[in-house]
Formats: sequence, C-alpha cells, structure tokens
Amino acid sequence: MNQQAVSGSGLDEKAKPLKLRSRPWAATLILIGGLIALALGIAISVSFGAADIKLSVVWTAVFHFNPDITEHQIIRELRLPRVLGGVMVGAGLAVAGAIMQGMTRNPLADSGLMGINSGAGFALAVCFAFFPGLPFMYLILYSFVGAGAGAGIVYGVGSLAKGGLTPARLVLAGAALSALLSALSEGIALYFRIGQDLAFWYAGGLAGTKWFQLQIMSPWVIAAILGAIVLSRSITMLSLGEDIAKGLGQRTGLVKLAGTLIVLILAGASVAVVGAVGFVGLIIPHLTRYLVGVDYRWIIPCSAVLGALLVVGGDLTARMINPPHETPVGAIIALIGVPFFLYLARKERREL
Amino acid sequence: MQSHKIISSEDARRKYGLRVIGVLAVLIVMMFLISVNTGYIRLTPLELLDTLVGKGTEKQELILFQFRLPRIVISLLIGTALAVSGAVMQGVFRNDLADPGILGINAGAGLMVMLLISFYPTTSAAPVYLLPVVAFAGAACTAALIYSLAYKRHQGISPIRLLLTGVAVAAGMSAAMIVLTLRLDPDKYQFVATWLAGSIWGTSWKFVLSLLPWIVILLPYVIYKARVMNVLNLGEQTATGLGANVNREQFRLLAAAVGLAASSVAVSGGIGFVGLVGPHLARRLVGPKHQLMLPASALIGALLVIAADTIGRRILQPSEIPTGIVVAVIGAPYFLYLLARTKS
Repeated sequence: MNQQAVSGSGLDEKAKPLKLRSRPWAATLILIGGLIALALGIAISVSFGAADIKLSVVWTAVFHFNPDITEHQIIRELRLPRVLGGVMVGAGLAVAGAIMQGMTRNPLADSGLMGINSGAGFALAVCFAFFPGLPFMYLILYSFVGAGAGAGIVYGVGSLAKGGLTPARLVLAGAALSALLSALSEGIALYFRIGQDLAFWYAGGLAGTKWFQLQIMSPWVIAAILGAIVLSRSITMLSLGEDIAKGLGQRTGLVKLAGTLIVLILAGASVAVVGAVGFVGLIIPHLTRYLVGVDYRWIIPCSAVLGALLVVGGDLTARMINPPHETPVGAIIALIGVPFFLYLARKERREL
Repeated sequence: MQSHKIISSEDARRKYGLRVIGVLAVLIVMMFLISVNTGYIRLTPLELLDTLVGKGTEKQELILFQFRLPRIVISLLIGTALAVSGAVMQGVFRNDLADPGILGINAGAGLMVMLLISFYPTTSAAPVYLLPVVAFAGAACTAALIYSLAYKRHQGISPIRLLLTGVAVAAGMSAAMIVLTLRLDPDKYQFVATWLAGSIWGTSWKFVLSLLPWIVILLPYVIYKARVMNVLNLGEQTATGLGANVNREQFRLLAAAVGLAASSVAVSGGIGFVGLVGPHLARRLVGPKHQLMLPASALIGALLVIAADTIGRRILQPSEIPTGIVVAVIGAPYFLYLLARTKS
C-alpha cells in the first residue's frame, strides 16, 4: 500500500511514494534484546557510582537484604529507586512522544518542545513556593494540571494562526511558552528562596528519587503505557491521516482525547519525579519507527524499552562524567538530542 | 506591515515619527528619574540635583555614582544594543520572529563568556575588556554555525528553518553550559545561574567603558545603513536590480548585529525578547522605514530594559529578580501573540 507523502514545510516536488512497512521480527528482536540490555544497564547503574559495589553484593542486597550493611543501604535507598525512576521516566516520555507524533503527524512533536514539561514544572514551582510540604500525590496531580495547561496554550496559539498548526509553529510556540514559564518559575524560586532544589530538579535529575514517589507514580505510568498499547491500533490509523481514519470507521475525536490524556499523565508524572527532561520523546519514536516500521502496536512497546534504555544510560553517563559531582541527565540527553533535532528540521518530507 | 494610521504625505509621516521619538526620549528621562530613586535609600529630586552637580553628601555620592548610575547607563546601553540587533536581524532575514535570543546568538556568546570566567579564580578577576571580545567570538561562531546548518543548496535560507535551527542550537548551548557550570565551585555556580537568567551584573563604570566602544561604533554604522536596509526589505532580486550588493550588505549588517548582541550579553547575560519586541513596537509606531524605525527601536529597547530593571529592583527589595526574567514575562506573551497572527 503506497501513500503519497505530505510535505510539511514547503512543497517537495520529488516526494517519493513511501512504503509503509512493518517489521514484526525486528520489533520482537528489539523488545527481547532491549530488555536484556536494560537489565544489564540497571545492574551496571546500581553497582557504579561514588562507591563501587560488586555485582554479587548488589544481588544479595536486592534478594537477601541486610539492613546492617552500608552497601545494602546505599543500594536499597539510593540507587535502586534512582534507576527504576529512570526506567519509568524514559519509558513514559518516549511513549508520550510516540503518541503525539502519531496523532498529530508532526515529526517534531515532543512533550519537551510543546510546553508540556515546562507547564508541569511551573505548576510544581508554584506548589513548592505557596504550599510547602504538599504530599507527593498532590504534586503529581498539580503537575498533570500544569502539563495540560501548557499543552492547551501551545496548541491554542498554534491553531489560532492562519495556516494552522504547522510543525515549526508548534516548536516556536513551545519555545516561547517554555521561556515564559521558566522565567516565571525562576522568579518564584528567587523570591521564595527555593532556587537550589528547584534549579537542579529543573535540569532533570534522578538523584532525589524516593521509593514512595515510585509507589505513587508507577501505577499511573504503567496504566498509561498499557492504555497506549490498547490504543495503538487506532493511533496507527490516525497516523495515516484523519480522513483515512474516519473512512475506516474510527471515532477520531474519541481516540485523540484518550491519546492526549495518556500523554498528559505520562509527561506530568515524569516531570514530577525528575524534572524537565526534553528530547527523549523526540528521538526515541523516530529511531523506533526507523527500526520497526510504521505499526504503532510495535512502536509503542519498543519506544518504551528504548526510552528507558536512553534515560538509564544518560543517567549513568551523567554520573561518570565528573564524579562526585552530578551532571543533570537532562543536559546530557539534550546534547544527544539537539543534533538529531537539527537533522529532522532539515528534512523536508514527513515520514510518519 | 500595516501602518496604524494612513498618513498622506511623506513629510507628515516623518514629523509624526520624530514626535514619537521625542515622546520616547521624555519617557526614558522619566524612567531614569524613577530608577535613580529605586533602592534602599531614597533621594529627593533636589538632593539628586545637588548630588549630580557635586554638592551632595559623601554617602549620596557613593550611592549615586558608584551603584545606581552605572547600572542605569548599562541598562540603557544593553536595551539599545539588543533592540537594534533584533531590528537588523529581522530586516536581513525578512523574518518577524528573528531575535538574537531566539536565534541562539546570545547563548553562544554566553557560553564563551562562561568559559573565560571559569579560567579565573574569582569572577571579578576576569579582564573586563576581554569579555565583549570573547562574547563576540562566541556569537560569531554560533551565527556561522546556525547559518550553515540552516542553509540548503538550491533553496538558500528559509526563515522558518533558520528559527528552528536557532532554537535547537540555543538548547544545545544551554545544555553544554549546564554541564560546564557544574564543574564550578558553588559561588561561581550561583553567579553563572543568575547571569544566565539575564541579570545585569557588570554594574560599575569599567563595564560601561568596555561596552561603550562597541555601541558607539556599531550603532551609528547601522543607522547609516538604514537606506540599504530599506532596499533589502524589497526582496533580494529587487535589491540587486537597484544596484545593491545584497550578499555583502547582508554580511556586514549581520556582523554589526552580532557585535551589538554579543557585547550586551557580555555584561548582562541572556536577556531575551528585547530584540523581538523593540523593533515590532517601533514599526507599529513609526512605520517600516529604517531611518525612523532604527532610532525608535533603540529608544524602546532602552526603555524596556530600564523599566524591567527598575521593576525587578522595586518589587523584590532584598532578592533582586534578574532583569531578563521581567523582560521575558513581558516579551514571551507578545511573541506568542505575534505567532498567532502571522501566516505560515
């Protein structure tokens, strides 16, 4: 089945008909290989750090916990929650990006670029300043609200314009809104003297992840990812274009609503735990599509695995660059993500 | 560009424009008076006059000449430089949304300044006169990088691709900066963090002196080129037909714009949006002709920064809010509004 590619920016005369292919074997391989790599990454991440701990000790710390041994304490209280937080966040942001790119058919869609992350961040800054000591449950809820508001503003500005919501317009609106919200958050931070904790959190740090945060966050993230997998067939249809999806009998409005809700939950929960990590949702879905084809039933689970790999790897790098200082993982991933973004911005055709 | 009033003759238009410029100048003077009076110690207008002519007490002199005046002068210079820089970029790229902040030029200049500072034991030990030069080097490299990345054969530069590239490069630079800052010791880190948010930190006369030559040379040069910019606005082919060497003029103007932006980043960190909002308001007030538009942009930019700085100092007495934050809170909504209005 061939489909004429629709050019996103400017007319491309020589748009080749692009083949829509799905590679279930490649996808299965990625899922299995990715999970193995992820397990390895988690193991390395837990044993590496300011104090190196043998893998055998890690094993006993997890399965035969002894609270009298310091190393067991380090692993239990610091490193395990941290790496599991990385897995959650990576999977969540990548799936959110995949859904957004599929639904909007916009290759530059990503929760970081669209003001969703900064909206959640701003909501959290407000919470820190005005309601110190809010339970984490409420923080997560508020960051959902902030994420929704951010998305709404960017989407609204983009849609108001003549010519509609082009990829470039979306990015620019997102950049402006992020600038505004981070300026406001920073102002609040300075005024209420909560700058230090907020600043690090803002640049994306997994360091402070706690068990109770994971307990609150994981049901949301897991439920949202499962929801995304349930939705995946409809997202594949939507990614062919709204008219085609409607023609195939899909209730596109309903699918879009569900998809948006999932995106907000994933982005909000991730930002509440690690702060604004951008580019995960941009890079991973593209990479996954390149590897497994265009079927979102494969793209979504594979994105989750690869996203988790990226964040865990990024966090490991961030800890090894300049020990004992921590480098925010968001900065590391941005350094990988920017060249990729530039490459996408240069490409004329959309391949979604 | 629609003019807000239809004015029949060129002459009347110019008179009106000059009047607007006059009003702006008066506003700046008023803002200056308010700003001089903002801070812990209030000075009555009489005391102010006395101090200015050298009859004040020692304390008053110290406050005025060592703390407030240099800061105010620097705000005015920065605002002027950034707004004119933005006006030139918008003219050369023929893109309403261009601005040294959005295009990542400020980030590039900032990165270099930060590198320079990190080589010295304390922030105050860094040679002040080198800062604008180093910032210029960083900004020029960034501009070249963005230009080459956004350039495509057979198509040249598309405005939207230029902006996207700029946004991405700015993000990369900020990330690199974060990675670098964490290697610094805590007080340096604090300094860099506030500096990145756009706080005017160079608040002494030596900074004024290091900034002044850049502005004194580049600003008249750009205004002198106003005619050329009018011609460039007609589009590349028309401009060539009228005998302008388009590529050369573009390059020179851009170099001037980069210089203006970089020198102000060197003393104030990344104040965004001035270069965007200034020229826009100027165009709405005096029309698109650069002979009037450039001076008007300069004045609006100066007014914007001095107002933002004063507000920042007024609202939050002990913890000063970086000027850049105040400007962003004003400027970003305006950018969004423009984005919603312009056609793709």
